[in-house]
Amino acid sequence: MNLLTDPIGVSHYLAVGAVLFVTGAVCMATKRNALGVLMGIELVLNGANINFVAFGSKLLRSDSFGLDGQLFALFVIVLAAAEAAVALAIALNFYNNHTTIDVDRADDLKG
Amino acid sequence: MQPAHIPLLLGAAVLLPLASFFVILVFGPKMGHAGKFAGNVATGAIVGAGLLSFISLFIWLGEHWPEKPHHGGHDEASSGEHGGQHDNGAGEQEKSGEHRAAAKRDRAPLVMNVAFHPGHIDEEPTADEDAAQHATDKDDGEHAHPVYTGDYYLLGQFGRLRVTISYYVDTLTVVMFCMVTLIASCIHFYSTGYMHDELHDFTDHEVHMSDGSHLHRPGRYHRFFQYMSLFCFSMLGLVLAGNIAMVFVFWELVGICSYFLIGFYVERKSASNAANKAFIVNRIGDFGMIIGLMALWTGLGTFSFGDVPRVDPQTGAVVKDDHGKVVLEPGIFSQVRPGKDEHPYGPERAHELIVPDGMVQAAASERVVAIVRDHASLFPDHPEDADAASQAQIEYETRGWRDQGYGYWLLVIAGIGIFCGCVGKSAQFPLHTWLPDALEGPTPVSALVHSATMVAAGVYLVGRFYPVFAPEVLLVIAIVGCITLFMAATIAITATDIKRVLAYSTVSQLGYMMLSLGVGGWAAGLTHLITHAFFKSLLFLCSGSVIHAVHTNELPQMGGLLKKMPYTAITMLIGCLAIAGVGFPMVIFGGHGIGFSGFYSKDAILEQAYSFMQTNNSAWSAIFFCAAAGGAAITSFYMFRLWFLAFVGKPRDHHRYDHAHESPKVMYIPLMILAFFAITVAWQLYDFMPESKRNPANLNLVYLLEQARPAGTEAAAFGKLLTGTWPAEHDSHALAIRLPVTLLATGTWIVGIGLACAFYWLRYLEAEDVRKTFQPIYRFLINKWWFDELYDFIFVRPVHVISRLAAMIDRRYIDGLIDGSARVTRWFSSAFEWVADQTIVDGFVNLLAAWAYALGVSLRQVQTGRIRQYVLFIVVGAIAIFILISFFWSPETPAR
Repeated sequence: MNLLTDPIGVSHYLAVGAVLFVTGAVCMATKRNALGVLMGIELVLNGANINFVAFGSKLLRSDSFGLDGQLFALFVIVLAAAEAAVALAIALNFYNNHTTIDVDRADDLKG
Repeated sequence: MQPAHIPLLLGAAVLLPLASFFVILVFGPKMGHAGKFAGNVATGAIVGAGLLSFISLFIWLGEHWPEKPHHGGHDEASSGEHGGQHDNGAGEQEKSGEHRAAAKRDRAPLVMNVAFHPGHIDEEPTADEDAAQHATDKDDGEHAHPVYTGDYYLLGQFGRLRVTISYYVDTLTVVMFCMVTLIASCIHFYSTGYMHDELHDFTDHEVHMSDGSHLHRPGRYHRFFQYMSLFCFSMLGLVLAGNIAMVFVFWELVGICSYFLIGFYVERKSASNAANKAFIVNRIGDFGMIIGLMALWTGLGTFSFGDVPRVDPQTGAVVKDDHGKVVLEPGIFSQVRPGKDEHPYGPERAHELIVPDGMVQAAASERVVAIVRDHASLFPDHPEDADAASQAQIEYETRGWRDQGYGYWLLVIAGIGIFCGCVGKSAQFPLHTWLPDALEGPTPVSALVHSATMVAAGVYLVGRFYPVFAPEVLLVIAIVGCITLFMAATIAITATDIKRVLAYSTVSQLGYMMLSLGVGGWAAGLTHLITHAFFKSLLFLCSGSVIHAVHTNELPQMGGLLKKMPYTAITMLIGCLAIAGVGFPMVIFGGHGIGFSGFYSKDAILEQAYSFMQTNNSAWSAIFFCAAAGGAAITSFYMFRLWFLAFVGKPRDHHRYDHAHESPKVMYIPLMILAFFAITVAWQLYDFMPESKRNPANLNLVYLLEQARPAGTEAAAFGKLLTGTWPAEHDSHALAIRLPVTLLATGTWIVGIGLACAFYWLRYLEAEDVRKTFQPIYRFLINKWWFDELYDFIFVRPVHVISRLAAMIDRRYIDGLIDGSARVTRWFSSAFEWVADQTIVDGFVNLLAAWAYALGVSLRQVQTGRIRQYVLFIVVGAIAIFILISFFWSPETPAR
């Protein structure tokens, strides 16, 4: 199987999703800024979304799930928005208390 | 209305008092002030039951008019009516067609099953068809007595055993119903007056509280009538019952009701003791009765008195034979006295008492087992053939075994066992001590217990089971009755409590009835039961009226009450005359005497005892007659002693005399009604009326009861284990017996009353002198033959000693043993707790907890708080899962 020669299919979308996922994961692991970590999270979620949509698409797969993939993607988007709102609120409060948003400083809950 | 409706009417008459009981039980306290309305409910119920009973009697008379008793083959010269006509006489032709037809069809009595098969009666063959055949059957002494028997309700069926609510209605039942309901109605009316103290708060002056005051309690008017209703229900149910199981249930109900009513003033120690005594003494008798019933059931396999239709146990349908006739399952009576078709000794000995097959086989069980074993070894491969063959062999051998006397003892034990129950209920000799104590209850209760219900139940049951009793049992009955009547009569002479005199007189009269039944006088004994019920309830109610007026039971504190309470005095005089058997023998009405009701029944008993003495011609049989005749004289003496002490002479206690007054109308009108019946109930207008169908002269108590005479008991009986002859009751009506006996009976009452006059009225003789002369005898009698003391010495004291010993052993050794074992157990368990619980179980649990703690502490290190490290873990974990899946999990590709 060669991605470059094959016609556009699910595999290509999965490759894009994987790239997004890995980028996001690396972003989460390397950034010390809380906003950067949040951005990485968005990337991870959207990488997953691409997989959902690809598997759910009627055009790409003959035995599709119907609208399940798309609906799931919508849920994930809503979830991401809610998560971002909460996370930003936490970040703001953290900043108010510690005058920084460095995640390495946020170790009050460690075991 | 036809006779088929009689069981329904009587059933309703039984249920009315029960309904009243439940209504009062539920609504009693709300029925007006202190339950005033309860009296009306109970009285209404019993009067309703009485009306139904009398309607039943009239329906009965419409179908079965009483007739002169038939005694085919006996010398009828004394009555001059049936002489030489015993083949096909005029008397026989009076029998209605149904009688003869049914007599032919059925085994012993004329049995009609009406409850479930109302059409059954209509199917009977007509008289004409059977007249020819029937004419040949007459010499066997058979005269069918009409019986209606059947089931109201099937409670359960276990194999061949059917437990039913059934009825057995003959004239004895109907007459008992009329007697019980009539007397109970009078007593209920009387009670509404007598119990008026209970309508408001009641102060019981005989109960002393710990602070010295008297008990003050709310009135219990409704409760009294509630128990009275239940009492009447139990008695009526007992009389109606058609099987022994039901008899036993109602028997115990009667016992518990008497317990409630005797202990009505439960706060009085004496009353609660008397109630306990009555109940416990009756238990002793009932124990014997249970043995008797079990012996009967073992031998006969049925509870039912009469023949009932055989019912298929599987389908529940009535079995019919090839001709479409209902197959009858023989009841107790037809098993011990089979009819002419079934009797093993042939038709000429029909209805003679035999030991039924079941009893013979039960007694010869060893032989039966041997036969079954032999046949089983003969046909090892065909168990059905072996069964059939051994069954045939057993049936063939049964007759031989019966002739050898197998099973006769079982029959005797069954009879004596049943009589044991009657000894308890009817207060016969060894168990008589409860009845005099039973007067602790209110006087109307005493009247009911002493006349119509409790004690009557015992005599009734002896009468009902009469066909089952072997002559040996009859001898036991006669001996017990003889002892009872004489002993109780002597005790009554010295008693000073007015109710105690009457109580011992009841015991004595019950002894008469038992003696009469025991020497073969079935009709005489039961007639005396009925007549005695009337005059004894009258006497008790009169004594209640006296007690109500003077507020004491003691005769020495009365005297001269005739002027104060004339109605009570006159009615009580009638009662005394009736119980003394006063009458004028052979004066008017064609050579037959006329007198009070007791005259007829007591004469009949004496005649039978005399006939028994003449037939057996031995000393022991003479004792029966002498005791009965002597008892009759004593009876009239103590009854008139009572009357003279209470009503004539000078008042001995002026305070009480001034206080005395005649009772209210609601109390003395019942007295008058009862007095009327005490005079007339046994009147026999023998040959006064011309002979005709529905001869009104035949409508008397004796002929009515004769209709119910069990088949086979009109003939003489002979003892098997002892030599003795029980003469046929009819023989005692012969002039050669009746003339001397009736003159002697007249002599006894004249002597008795004369002596009483001499002592207590005219004062020719001084009772005090006699008492001093015969001091030892007087002390013996006033202490009631020391029976209570004797029982105290024989039974109560040893029981106390044994129980004290047992208590000592209990405390010393049993308690020590138990305490010791408890101590050992405690020591052991504390040691075991340390070893097992604290060390092993706790150690194990603590170890687990310690491990979990250590694990938690070490896992704590992972929680660094650095997010990037966590993300790294996530990534590494995801990659690890991915790698693991790719190496170790290969999904099977679903086949497309």
